[in-house]
Amino acid sequence: MKLLVCISKTPDTTAKIAFNGDNTKLETAGITFIMNPYDEWYALVKAIEIQEKWGGSVSVLHVGPSENDSIIRKALAIGATDAYRIDTEAVSADQVAFQMASFIQQHVFDIIFTGKETIDYNGAEVGGRMAAQLNFPFISFASHLDIVTENEAIVKRDMEGGTETIQVNTPFVISAAKGMAEQRIPNMKGIMTAKSKPLNVVSPQEYSPKISIVSHELPPAKKAVQYIDPENMAELARLLREEAKVI
Amino acid sequence: MVLVFVETENCKVRKAALEAVYYGYLTAQKLGTSCQALLLGNAEDATALGLYGATLVHQSDSISFNFFDNQVYSAAIAQAAKKLEASVVILSHSSNGKSLIGNIAYLLDSGSVSAAVDIPETDKGFSVRKGVYSSKALVNIEINTAIKLVSVLGNSLQISVVGSNAEVQPIALDVLQPGIKVLSVDKLQSNVTPLPEAERVVSGGRGLKGPENWGIVEELADVLHATTACSRPVSDADWRPHHEHVGQTGIAIRPNLYIAIGISGAIQHLAGVNNSKTIVVINKDPEAPFFKSANYGVVGDLFDVVPKLTAAIKNLNA
Repeated sequence: MKLLVCISKTPDTTAKIAFNGDNTKLETAGITFIMNPYDEWYALVKAIEIQEKWGGSVSVLHVGPSENDSIIRKALAIGATDAYRIDTEAVSADQVAFQMASFIQQHVFDIIFTGKETIDYNGAEVGGRMAAQLNFPFISFASHLDIVTENEAIVKRDMEGGTETIQVNTPFVISAAKGMAEQRIPNMKGIMTAKSKPLNVVSPQEYSPKISIVSHELPPAKKAVQYIDPENMAELARLLREEAKVI
Repeated sequence: MVLVFVETENCKVRKAALEAVYYGYLTAQKLGTSCQALLLGNAEDATALGLYGATLVHQSDSISFNFFDNQVYSAAIAQAAKKLEASVVILSHSSNGKSLIGNIAYLLDSGSVSAAVDIPETDKGFSVRKGVYSSKALVNIEINTAIKLVSVLGNSLQISVVGSNAEVQPIALDVLQPGIKVLSVDKLQSNVTPLPEAERVVSGGRGLKGPENWGIVEELADVLHATTACSRPVSDADWRPHHEHVGQTGIAIRPNLYIAIGISGAIQHLAGVNNSKTIVVINKDPEAPFFKSANYGVVGDLFDVVPKLTAAIKNLNA
């Protein structure tokens, strides 16, 4: 099967977030950037598992400048076959989705994977936008994916308070959540072979983004915690009713 | 006109949909226009959407709406928005809403913001505020297109009654045939409020030592009419079902009250619950990082503290 995994670059989960002078951009000094965890742990590893069982290839697709190549090489080290980088700065979900879907329209893939969302803008929009442009079914927040035949899959999708089981034919777009696969750490052989795997650079299409960032802000500082005597839970109950007004 | 897509469950309007309608009403007030609702399928309480600000409810029914197919729903909502000449389309930021937003945005050629936490700023342009970096910061995003698409994060605003019952009117849409087949839907019993909509959540972590000890969590949740949740190690160990897992890899919630019992408060857990309005942390370790994010903290043995809190709340209610 021909599988495609869309990957994004995000600040590390534990990064301390600050912004530049006019609050339009993230202050990147001192921040470690990583492959978006949902793209890596769930989407990429699941695609590799399918390829190991069914054959074919796992391609990786990324929108970003050449400085992001280290993230793409990591995906190749984990086990992707080859990679494509669309050579432009990623500025918004609509722009990234447009660039990726325009690339996909010129190729043939059976399944297109994304992570459930990125851990920076938490938008969860790219998969749906790509699916609409491609006119493919889109299944979001998938926690299980079983390939039945080369053109049919059974997917479990998380929803409020439960799961849905869905049958879908290829090609389709799927966003991967926890449960799909287990994280894989690249081994030395993977890291060595990644260096010689093809990383193709693709020119971007003309596009003007449909949103722009006005400003960022940090949330107001939280008041210091108020400690309650463990022997006096009546006091906590009273505070929750009279002060916090939540019960 | 502001058009709000209304999600239903078991032929009833969902709470998240009432919030979306009220958000649509406040947005329409700012823009000097009306708020109308779109219902796909059936809801016995659809007229009540008028109470929260919808002046009219457009309804389209088809067997294609019996199960959620992203393509079918997106196409119908985009079609209705075009037909009714909506300038703003509002969705709930639910699991279905998150699936729909990208697809509808593409079909309407619109810019979109998901998980909005405030009413749009419309003095110059149309900018929407949302949480970013797993709720470590906020961003204001300007939408540059003629039609604007916004999904509303649950529990972001307190709804109130602003109108009277609305008329429900059929709308003719060309409904697609489903491209996927939903084989089964496994949900918990319907009398439990699903986590993203819950106003009060009682959550347990590894400190509970085993699934057999969850009784005290459930009893506290019971007196508070709260929904139960858990941390990642608990769902990974299968002590609790996966859909109860809140945090970065699980679901993000924003209840009015979040009580964390025996949860240390790793950054990945906080990412999913930090936006809760009031946080109570019960932990025997005074160094637990969660206390830094708490409004109220209790340093003590949870097996002792939690039943006492349950009793105290029962007393208060008596």
